[in-house]
Amino acid sequence: METGTSRVKRGMAEMQKGGVIMDVMNAEQAKIAEAAGATAVMALERVPSDIRAAGGVARMADPTIIEEVMKVVTIPVMAKARIGHYVEAKILESMGVDYLDESEVLTPADEVYHIDKNEFTVPFVCGAKDLGEALRRIGEGAAMIRTKGEPGTGNIVEAVRHMRLINSQVRKVQNMSKDELYAEAKNLGVAYELLLGVHESGKLPVVNFAAGGVATPADAALMMHLGADGVFVGSGIFKSDSPEKFARAIVEATTHYTDYKLIAEVSKNLGTPMKGIEISKLSPAERMQDRGW
Amino acid sequence: MKIGVLALQGAVAEHIRSLQLAGAEAVSVKRVDELGELDGIVIPGGESTTIGKLMRKYDFMDALKQFSALGKPMFGTCAGLIVLAERIEGQEEAHLALMNMTVCRNAFGRQKESFETDLDIQGVPEPVRAVFIRAPLIESVGEGVDVLSVYNDEIVAARQQHLLACSFHPELTDDYRLHQYFVDMVKESLASKA
Repeated sequence: METGTSRVKRGMAEMQKGGVIMDVMNAEQAKIAEAAGATAVMALERVPSDIRAAGGVARMADPTIIEEVMKVVTIPVMAKARIGHYVEAKILESMGVDYLDESEVLTPADEVYHIDKNEFTVPFVCGAKDLGEALRRIGEGAAMIRTKGEPGTGNIVEAVRHMRLINSQVRKVQNMSKDELYAEAKNLGVAYELLLGVHESGKLPVVNFAAGGVATPADAALMMHLGADGVFVGSGIFKSDSPEKFARAIVEATTHYTDYKLIAEVSKNLGTPMKGIEISKLSPAERMQDRGW
Repeated sequence: MKIGVLALQGAVAEHIRSLQLAGAEAVSVKRVDELGELDGIVIPGGESTTIGKLMRKYDFMDALKQFSALGKPMFGTCAGLIVLAERIEGQEEAHLALMNMTVCRNAFGRQKESFETDLDIQGVPEPVRAVFIRAPLIESVGEGVDVLSVYNDEIVAARQQHLLACSFHPELTDDYRLHQYFVDMVKESLASKA
């Protein structure tokens, strides 16, 4: 009997496919998310849009919040640790959190090194803007990838950019000759073996979700259309007027992402979605996607 | 012979690949009107609460009960096993309630307790590498249900006539022998009707 194998960690993410993972800040929101059909919840002290508004250093959530959420739902509970913060990750693992997000939404703790995730029994999800970043995280042991997008903006444009870029890079690598792959591994800053795997299979070796800026059911469906395996929704749900309805609508739009009549139906009378931010209005220091490398 | 994989949520592509390796035509199924052309169906792993909700929302409950009433084989893995069970420990309402057994969700603990191991399965000659992810187990089986596999004294695979269920994920390995077992069940069911 073996625990923490890469098959067990990656397999856990496979079971989330076609699903919606929702940010929640307390037990009550977690119950709403579960009842709406979320496949997992991300327990946080503040959703990304509040982190943006509050400024200062954003850290791992208070363990009390995470424990409360773990008590009330039977679906998996995820939580975020700062980039490079080994101890926050160990704390979350010891609490029995089901999946860790080494996340750029929090203030990085290390400007050079990400956590060595291979060493952990608990699986990790990490953000990526391009294929190189995705494969570097997978090399460190990430068992699931998500686009970075631009968290807390309610603006889908960056998640679209990242998903499209990763997909086009995968297609390019797929068509390369072996000798080109060696140079491409150097260009991307990734291990040759991982790149060879992408060349042979035509996809990432782990599940790739969309995250960062999903604000409406149509946004979720758009990301599925672009090839996402599932969707993370952060501020979108509990910053909307009617979270319960909104959460259900996003779940259904993700499952039936090619059924446009159905998406029209579930999109009716949802109230105002979160306001959203134009990306060009963000100063470089406010761009969360540029954290990590 | 055409086998569907219920594609409301979960690991669909992996089951399709394993079924194809076992020689079957396999398709994903999102709407009840797609059930008619199928000779068997797989209910995959995923989150059982999510799959259960979407099944109710999209009228799969009665449609799949009818599917079973026709004697068409069904195979539930992990969350799919929960969906097939008559009784779910700690929950008042079951989903399809087709197999005479009581199941316990997340029976092995949280994700860090998830594991893989070699497992003997009745009807499959050599041990199978079984991946258990936040897996349920079968606490007890009633009349008409045959136990196919036991791990640490707990039941992890069972069959009731045309219904097959297991706690683990045969679709996550390259070993498709349990899918072969299911494809053979579908072949038998077709032969018996011919």
